[in-house]
Amino acid sequence: MRIAIASGKGGTGKTTVVANLAVHLKNSKHSVAVADCDVEEPNLHLFLNPHLDIEKTAVVPIPEVDNELCTGDDCGLCAQLCRFKSLILMAGEVMVFPELCHGCGLCTLACPEKAITEGSRAIGVVRSGKANCIPFTEGEMKIGEAMAPPLIEEVKAASPQCDIELIDCPPGTSCPVIKALDGVDFAVLVTEPTPFGLHDLDLAVLTLRQLRIPFGVVINRDGMGNSCVHDYLNREKITLLGAIPHSLKAAQAYSKGLLHVGNVEGFDDHYAKLWENIQQSIGEARS
Amino acid sequence: MIIAVSSQGPGLASSIDPRFGRAAGFVVIDTDTDEHSYFDNEQNLQLAQGAGIQAAQNVAKTGAQAILTGHVGPKAFLALDKGKIQIFLGASGTVAEALEAYKNGTMQPASAPDKQGHW
Ligand code: SF4
Ligand code: SF4
Repeated sequence: MRIAIASGKGGTGKTTVVANLAVHLKNSKHSVAVADCDVEEPNLHLFLNPHLDIEKTAVVPIPEVDNELCTGDDCGLCAQLCRFKSLILMAGEVMVFPELCHGCGLCTLACPEKAITEGSRAIGVVRSGKANCIPFTEGEMKIGEAMAPPLIEEVKAASPQCDIELIDCPPGTSCPVIKALDGVDFAVLVTEPTPFGLHDLDLAVLTLRQLRIPFGVVINRDGMGNSCVHDYLNREKITLLGAIPHSLKAAQAYSKGLLHVGNVEGFDDHYAKLWENIQQSIGEARS
Repeated sequence: MIIAVSSQGPGLASSIDPRFGRAAGFVVIDTDTDEHSYFDNEQNLQLAQGAGIQAAQNVAKTGAQAILTGHVGPKAFLALDKGKIQIFLGASGTVAEALEAYKNGTMQPASAPDKQGHW
């Protein structure tokens, strides 16, 4: 079962929830794996300190044009067809801009002269290993790279099959998140009880409803803001899966890089309750 | 010689558009005959990516050997360079004024892009 942990924006404590939930599940003898799909800024490793011993370069295909075979200005088909506008015809030759190419392969198929072959371009790395017996996978995009979706797909493919797979999604609601959410059974949205938190939560809710993925909400640092998020959940009839309290001890543990589960009194119960509610929601979504 | 100028409108009195790839359009002038024409860049304005190189391709199709504009990003620069189109940056005022500055030799050809991405 794949469960995505997402949030409309960064900084809501999404990664803390993933790390603590993973450890809670492992402590309660579940088979669980985690995948950090926030490839622009992977930081789940900071919480779980995994030992990562496998590293693989992720590549996307890019076209390579043989100018001997290409008929240039007489044709121009590839430049016309590419909907990502990554090829142009300049001075009678096809010019490829690899950073713009999405590797769809259309130009290779379409070229009447068979002048295009598939080369490859590295977009980042996928690393995997174990964090305290929990299979751990993450991806890291190359600096300046824009192709997050194919890398996210590779991270998900590299994550081993376990009873429960937790997917740490990138922040926001654009293509990378959609890719991370693809194929998940349930999503947990993490938010903060503030007007800012609510604004981004609302965007995330719209996205999940469009994708028809069942979901519920966890309020992190509950008690710090106001009741706007609670009111919103009531109004929208969205399940509140859990509320992790705003606590000095939790903040202190966090600043030392410690997980809440096993270190802060009462937090084991919060995560146990959260897991119970997630299971119940998944059950209801299936029936 | 044919010169293209990124512009906010269709004529010599129109204001320069300082952006290259996302310019409203281009006024194309033949300095031998003083004739000019205009093509709008509407389609490129909508592009999520690649506006600069598309604009470069379209400018090249007009036969232009030089482009006067405000700023050019790195990919458009590469493309224009490949097409052997000289790039003059920092154009301001109207199309006619930029053309005048070019003819007086007060604009220097650029040897590198002056903006990162999205221009
Ligand atoms: S592979 Fe697809 S995206 Fe890349 S240049 Fe060819 S048509 Fe464009
Ligand atoms: S489709 Fe093939 S032959 Fe036509 S311009 Fe592109 S590379 Fe050249």
